Amino acid sequence: MATSVERSAPARTKYEPVIGLEVHVQLLTASKIFCSCSTRFGDPPNTNVCPVCLGLPGALPVLNRKAIEFATLAAMALNCEIRETSIFARKNYFYPDLPKGYQISQYDKPLAEHGFIEIETNAGRARTPGAPQTKRIGITRVHLEEDAGKSLHEGFVGAGETTAIDLNRSGVPLIEIVSEPDIASPEEAYEYLTRLKEIILYTGVSDVNMEEGSLRCDANVSVRPRGEKKFGTKTEVKNVNSFRFIREALEYEIERQIEVIEGGGKITQETRLYNSVEGKTYGMRSKEQAHDYRYFPEPDLLPLVVDEKWRTQIRSTLPELPEARRKRMMSDYGITAQDAHTLTLTKLLADQFESAAKAAKNPKRVANLVQSELTGRLKAKGLEIEQSPITMKGVAESADLVESDVISGKMLKDLYDLAFERGKDFPAVYEEEGRPEQSRDTSALEKIIDEVLAANPKQVEQYRGGKKTVSGFFVGQVMKLSKGQANPQLVNELVAKKLD
Amino acid sequence: MKVTEKDVAYVADLANLELSEDERSRMVRDLNSILGHVDSLNALDTKDVPPMAQVSDRYGMDESKKGSERFAYASRDDVKEGLRKSFPTEVALANAPEADGAFFKVPKVIER
Repeated sequence: MATSVERSAPARTKYEPVIGLEVHVQLLTASKIFCSCSTRFGDPPNTNVCPVCLGLPGALPVLNRKAIEFATLAAMALNCEIRETSIFARKNYFYPDLPKGYQISQYDKPLAEHGFIEIETNAGRARTPGAPQTKRIGITRVHLEEDAGKSLHEGFVGAGETTAIDLNRSGVPLIEIVSEPDIASPEEAYEYLTRLKEIILYTGVSDVNMEEGSLRCDANVSVRPRGEKKFGTKTEVKNVNSFRFIREALEYEIERQIEVIEGGGKITQETRLYNSVEGKTYGMRSKEQAHDYRYFPEPDLLPLVVDEKWRTQIRSTLPELPEARRKRMMSDYGITAQDAHTLTLTKLLADQFESAAKAAKNPKRVANLVQSELTGRLKAKGLEIEQSPITMKGVAESADLVESDVISGKMLKDLYDLAFERGKDFPAVYEEEGRPEQSRDTSALEKIIDEVLAANPKQVEQYRGGKKTVSGFFVGQVMKLSKGQANPQLVNELVAKKLD
Repeated sequence: MKVTEKDVAYVADLANLELSEDERSRMVRDLNSILGHVDSLNALDTKDVPPMAQVSDRYGMDESKKGSERFAYASRDDVKEGLRKSFPTEVALANAPEADGAFFKVPKVIER
C-alpha cells in the first residue's frame, strides 16, 4: 500500500464512508433460551448440552421468559418501540457449530424497532470550535435469537485435519442490535459501541465482555462520493474482538475501498476478516448465495407476545441510564462532565458515590474531593477508579472531617498520600495516624506568626503601605511552618489582627 | 413451468443436496405440480385474512386468556434445576461420527 499515502489525502476528502454495525450481546440468563442447560462460560466442553441444543430429532424448544424480559429491557434502554406480537423464524445455513442446520432467530417481525443512541461527535467542531455535538445514531431493530456453538481451529492434536466443536454455547440467548447506516466515521463507530456497551451494562442484562464473547460486532462499510445519495457497494468486516480493532479495521477498509475505486476498480460485496496483527482485512472465500437464508416462521414456537401489562412491568425495572445520570449528577453535585463520566463508568461505582455523597454533610465536597484529590492519584498509580484504595465511603468520611474543620486540606492531602502508599482506605489510615486534628492553639499560632512577620519586614512594610493582598503570603508561610496542621481561616484572622 | 432446472439446482445447493440428473427433473415436475395446486388458492380473496405462521396460535387455545398470558403456558422460568438435565458428555458425543471424548470433530473448516 505504498501509494496510499499520496493518493488518499485528497481522495479521502472526496469520499464519505457509510457504516452500519451489527452487535450481538449475550444475555445473562442462568439457562439457555430454549432449554434448561446452563449458560456458564468456561465449563468443560460439551457438558451443558441436551437434545434441544444439540439439535437432536424430535426435541422441541421451550422459551425462557427471562430472555424475553432482558431483550425487552435492553430494547427499551435503546429507545426502541416494542412490538406486541413478534415471531421467531428459522435462518437456514450449514455450519458445523450449528447442529440443527438452522438458527432460531427473528426476521420480518422482530421484537423491537426504531430506536437510537446519542453519541458525541467531533463533526460539529469545525463550526463550533471545542464544542462536541450530539448525534443520533438510529437503531433499526433489536431481535432475540440463539447463539451457535464454538469452533476451535487450533491448539489441539489433529488440528491440521479437523475442527473441534464445543456446543456449550449453542442455545445461549442473544440479542442482535442492528444500527442504521448513520455512522460516518470509524471514530463515530467507536463512540457508538462505547455508548451501547455502557447502556447495556447499566441495564444489567449482559456483562458485555468482549474477551468472553458476550459482545460481538460486525461492521458493514461502504464509501461514496461526498454528496452522493446512493450507497456504494458494502463489505462486511468480521472477526474483530475489540472496539479499538473495529476502529482500525474500518479505517483500513475505508482506505482500501477508496483506493480500489480511485484505481478504476469495483468493490465486491463480500465478508472480510480483520487481522489485527497486520492491521489489514482479507476477503473470505464465500459463495455468492451465502446470504440466502430461506427464512420461514419457526413452527415449533408460538408467537411471542409482550403485552402492555408485561411491558409496564419490565419498564419499571429500567434504571436511570448513564447519559441522564451524568447530566443529573453534574447539576446535583456541581461536577465537570469529565468527572461525571468517571463516576458513572459503572452503575456500581455511581451508586456507591451517590450513596456516600448523600450521607455526607456536603455532597458537593465529596464530588470535589474525587475530582481534585482522588482521580489524579489514581492516574499517577495507573489504577482504575474501581481499584482505588480509598472507597467512596472513605472519601465521604474525609469530606466530613474537612467540612467540620477537624482536619485541614493539607492534612487531607497527606492522609490520602498515606492511604495510597499503604493501600488502605481513608478511615483505616486516619485511625492509624491517631485521628489527627488541625491546630486551634491560638498562642502557638501567634508565636509562629510573630516569627514570620519578623523574618519578612519588607512584606510587612508593603502591607502597612496598603498592599493588603500580601496577607496571603503570610498565611502561606504560617501554614508551611505549622506543617499544614493549622486551620487556615484561624490563621487568616490572627494575621490580620497582628498587622492591623 | 414456474420452477426451472436452475431454480432446483440453486435450492438443492442451499440445502446441501446432491441431485442426480433424474432426480432433478423429477423435482422440477413435482415442485411445479405442487405450486400449481397451491395456486388454486389464488381464487380466494384473502385481503382481510391475516397471515398465519402457526396453527396452534389460532386453534385449541384457552380463549379466556388474552395478551402474554395466552401463550405463557409455552414458556418457562429461567431455572436450571427441575427441568430436563444436560447430558453427560459421553452421551452427548455418542452418536458423533468422530469425537475425542471432549469435542465433536469435523473435517477442517477453513475460514479463509
